Amino acid sequence: MAEQTQILKVENLHTWFRGDGRIARAVDGVSFTINKGETFALLGESGCGKSVTSLSIMRLVPEPGGKIVQGRVNLHGQDLLQLPETQMRDVRGSRIAMIFQEPMTSLNPVLKIGEQIEETAVRHKTLKEGQTARQKAIELLNAVGLPDAQRRYSEYPHQLSGGMKQRVMIAIALAGDPELLIADEPTTALDVTIQSQVLQLLRELQGETHMAVMLITHDLGVVAEMADRVAVMYAGQIVEQADRETFFKAPKHPYSIKLFESLPNRTKRNQRLAVIQGSVPSLATEFKGCRFEPRCQFAIEDCKNNVPVWQSFDELGEETGVLCHRFDPRFESQFSEPVQKIFDAVAQSDDPVTTRGFKELLKVNELKVHFPIQKGLFKRTVGHVRAVDGVSIDIPQGKTLALVGESGCGKTTVGKGILQLISPTAGSVNLDNEELTNLAKHQMRQRRKDIQIIFQDPFSSMNPRMMVADIIEEGMVAQRVGGDKQKRQTRIDELLNQVGLSPEVKYRYPHEFSGGQRQRICIARALAVEPKLIICDEPTSALDVSVQAQILNLLKELQDKFGLAYLFITHNLSVVEYLAHNVAVMYLGRIVETGTVEEVLENPLHPYTKALLSAVPQVDIDSERKVIRLRGELPSPANPPVGCHFNPRCAKAWQECRNGYPSARSVSPTHSVRCYLYQEN
Amino acid sequence: MKAFGPYIKLILALILIVFSAVGIAQHTDVQLKVLWTDALVYLLVIALLLFAIQAKSKEHLRGPWRHIARRRIAMSAMVVLMFYVAVGLLDSVHFRKALERQAGQTQVHYSGEVLSLLDVVATALRERQETTYSAPFATHAYTKEMLEVDGRQVRDFPRLNYGGAHLNNPEEDKLSDIVANSSIALLEALLTSAFFFYILSVVLARNRKTSVREQAIQILRFRTELPWMIMFLTFMVLLLCVFLIINLSTKYHVFGTDKVGQDVLYLALKSIRTGLVIGTLTTLIMLPFAVMLGIMAGYFRGWVDDVIQYIYTTLNSIPGVLLIAAAVLSLQVYMENHPEMFETLIDRTDMRLLFLCIILGITSWTGLCRLLRGETLKVSQVDYVEAATAFGVRHFNIMTRHILPNVMHIVLIAVVIDFSGLVLAEAVLSYIGIGVDPAMISWGNMINSARLEMARDPIVWWSLAAAFVFMFVLVLAANLFSDAVRDAFDPRVSRSQ
Repeated sequence: MAEQTQILKVENLHTWFRGDGRIARAVDGVSFTINKGETFALLGESGCGKSVTSLSIMRLVPEPGGKIVQGRVNLHGQDLLQLPETQMRDVRGSRIAMIFQEPMTSLNPVLKIGEQIEETAVRHKTLKEGQTARQKAIELLNAVGLPDAQRRYSEYPHQLSGGMKQRVMIAIALAGDPELLIADEPTTALDVTIQSQVLQLLRELQGETHMAVMLITHDLGVVAEMADRVAVMYAGQIVEQADRETFFKAPKHPYSIKLFESLPNRTKRNQRLAVIQGSVPSLATEFKGCRFEPRCQFAIEDCKNNVPVWQSFDELGEETGVLCHRFDPRFESQFSEPVQKIFDAVAQSDDPVTTRGFKELLKVNELKVHFPIQKGLFKRTVGHVRAVDGVSIDIPQGKTLALVGESGCGKTTVGKGILQLISPTAGSVNLDNEELTNLAKHQMRQRRKDIQIIFQDPFSSMNPRMMVADIIEEGMVAQRVGGDKQKRQTRIDELLNQVGLSPEVKYRYPHEFSGGQRQRICIARALAVEPKLIICDEPTSALDVSVQAQILNLLKELQDKFGLAYLFITHNLSVVEYLAHNVAVMYLGRIVETGTVEEVLENPLHPYTKALLSAVPQVDIDSERKVIRLRGELPSPANPPVGCHFNPRCAKAWQECRNGYPSARSVSPTHSVRCYLYQEN
Repeated sequence: MKAFGPYIKLILALILIVFSAVGIAQHTDVQLKVLWTDALVYLLVIALLLFAIQAKSKEHLRGPWRHIARRRIAMSAMVVLMFYVAVGLLDSVHFRKALERQAGQTQVHYSGEVLSLLDVVATALRERQETTYSAPFATHAYTKEMLEVDGRQVRDFPRLNYGGAHLNNPEEDKLSDIVANSSIALLEALLTSAFFFYILSVVLARNRKTSVREQAIQILRFRTELPWMIMFLTFMVLLLCVFLIINLSTKYHVFGTDKVGQDVLYLALKSIRTGLVIGTLTTLIMLPFAVMLGIMAGYFRGWVDDVIQYIYTTLNSIPGVLLIAAAVLSLQVYMENHPEMFETLIDRTDMRLLFLCIILGITSWTGLCRLLRGETLKVSQVDYVEAATAFGVRHFNIMTRHILPNVMHIVLIAVVIDFSGLVLAEAVLSYIGIGVDPAMISWGNMINSARLEMARDPIVWWSLAAAFVFMFVLVLAANLFSDAVRDAFDPRVSRSQ
């Protein structure tokens, strides 16, 4: 390892932001090196300074608020921070390139994608002898695996899907032949199957060009799959650095340990997830001790008053080390329990989920939601988007059904259709033996207290102009539950206690809370009307891992306590494994496989389910898995493929698959699949 | 109960004001006369007070205002605006004086002349009428007349009845007299502002719990959180103007006189109310339409949206001036045919002013309506609106509790930006003869009459100049203030300082 050539060496980097009379130390003393051909992963939760680190390397820190106040960024021994701006422009794009999280907004919508690639290639003079810019662009489009590059060259960004746009972004980044590629959350906005395609592409390109990749991510699974070395960032500092094997086998910093423990999966099913109490401290505070100390379970008195010193473990490889007092020889003796033991002790099990009697609560039969496509002056209907096209699901009381699928498959529409927020085109929604689709508006309004919804984005799901108490009270007033004004106030206090917030917060506004706290308020709001069913529309996907664990614990606890049923809409399969009892996998408006969580996740039958499961990056680095890569992307529900909707992407498709949509085949009383590969037994 | 505290105080204060006004009226032999526009102005003031009380307890409303309060130019502009508003409000309290009782009369008869408080304050200006034009600070008329000097008939400029009448030797004494009076005004202004400065320091010191001296130093060094020093300096300049006018206008016609010998300064001051009424009442009248229809179109969509869009697109495609001309001219004909409907002249001019506000409102609500429709389309897609629907909250409640507060910033920005445009619109419309009643004093009418004055030789420029200065200051202050309001309330403008 040591003989590898260093490309980038960052030393003691400090980037501060000034504003409102305070200084936010977004990056506060970060050092690392990146070698040729390796993948260096910077791991951390939102707001810990990962992106600012990468922007500092590129010297793109937003002025005038932000400033690099100290440090060196050496690219092949040349300090980038000393370069004049004109020379820096030659570095950006040609020696260090960057791809961003949001492929939708990183491309210029009015330029052809080919022109956007050419721009970089021409600017950095990477055209080979006798090669036109166009040839170079097409070569790059081929290299990133974009099918039909000749035609794609003259298309505009809106004509491409998210995954293709990210490929184009990579092509632009490659156009300057960079030595280092900074990938800032390159796959976070993409679906798992597309994510695995893009990660695979990055790996292949790295193999061909031997460029170094700096991967910024919050996803431990992606790190496990891609990284050679890992650095964990917390509150503006790197708290642990190690190579992949060392890190995943034995994480050392308490924060890293907790991150692993808070990941949901099946083995933790009947336990509470470990949570990291509290939240990331404000970077504007002056730290006197360890930044993680208030949230750390190992913390001792000395952690509060002494700034931790970097402890390196050279025997474990270059630059390996940890920023923690427990490994500092001066304090080591004061920690009573050895690390490993505590690690095990945490994983003790809590009481298991009590299984209640099976009483059907919700029965959805052949639900269809079609949106008309209207064209022309008189808004003639020329077709339909079949967002939901015949979905049947059952949810028993007190159970959780997970609805799994990629974005655009119609899973959110199912939720809204059940809630009658969108009136279904056909089919029945039966709650407690009452048909909801036939109810008149005022009848439905009275029934609304039985079904509630929790949204994905905790920032837009509460009216910013209302106080927490008013937000929670609104449903109670509308549904006339909770008695008079006095009783409602007591109930609000009780609800806030139940979701783990103190009742004092009720006179505050939503913007004063963090994402996790907001999601708790949303849960309290839903609980206020005592619903039987809560539709959770990706309630944790906007949250950090440690906060996600808190919310999942809360949801599970409430289910045990009140016998709530959940329809859990998600794309995150590890959450499904942890929380769900039953799973339904959705593809292009239809359910392709349904069964208990054990049946579907351990013995997936439908090729799509198999591919979906295999594409999820695993934290366990020893697991041998073969990723089934799907061809292409999700077709449009306005114009679904003939026959089985999955057949154009299916590796096992045969003639019959194009003839008609397969009917449901039961494999066991609970497990059924819609695929021609299986016969009814 | 706690939440109603401020409202109760406000209601008590209003009752007190009404009773004292009635009491004063009874004991001084005057009859209060509430014109239509007066009533609406009072309504607007009450609405603003209620809004201010509400805003005080809501952070999302208070925050932006606090931001505005820290901006120097905006606060300076606000002081100027407050001055205009004070004059406008003084001019909005109308009454009729009782006539002297004739022998054998049992009933009290009231004068046909409706006066306002401003008229009383400016009695000196109002009653010192010359025969015709005179230039600012003139002692002699602007046109020659046949005069009898020493028994001879001479054609010369006659002395004015009031302007500089106290001077025996106008040619020599005028300048020194003006300088002397101005110096007195300056002295008075300095003394008064020193007094006000002391009061300000005491009040602030009490709030901050510091000593008065310390607080005064803080203000002088621009160290206070709100730009008190800037506000105070603006106030001082205004105070100086007021004292100059008080001292000089009783002896001269500071802005000259118009064709019938009325003091132009008096006209300009009376025009303030007309301008403010047009600028504010028009908005007050159009707001309900714009807000209700805009939110309904954006929220319900479908056919409701189609109908509302159709209405405002149609309305928008008719040239605004044409619509206003048609409405105002037909109103004029109607009023001339029914003179019995209006007791006094001022009733008639007031009714026409109100109709002008209404017709301006009708032609100008479409812009705000379209903005609100767009914003509502966006807001009603947000999760919290869906959550409210999932709770079975009624449409009306969703629109008032969830959508209106979240589009309110647009309304506020539109109102303050429209204000100056409307003040200017009045001038333009009156100029082409379809604005306020010709008998009503307004900047537009002053400019309209200036058309002829500018054509005569030697030209009479002071009417136009006075209207220009007063209007310019008002519109400039309003624009500066509205800039600050837009910056503070527009979510797209980041407020990092």
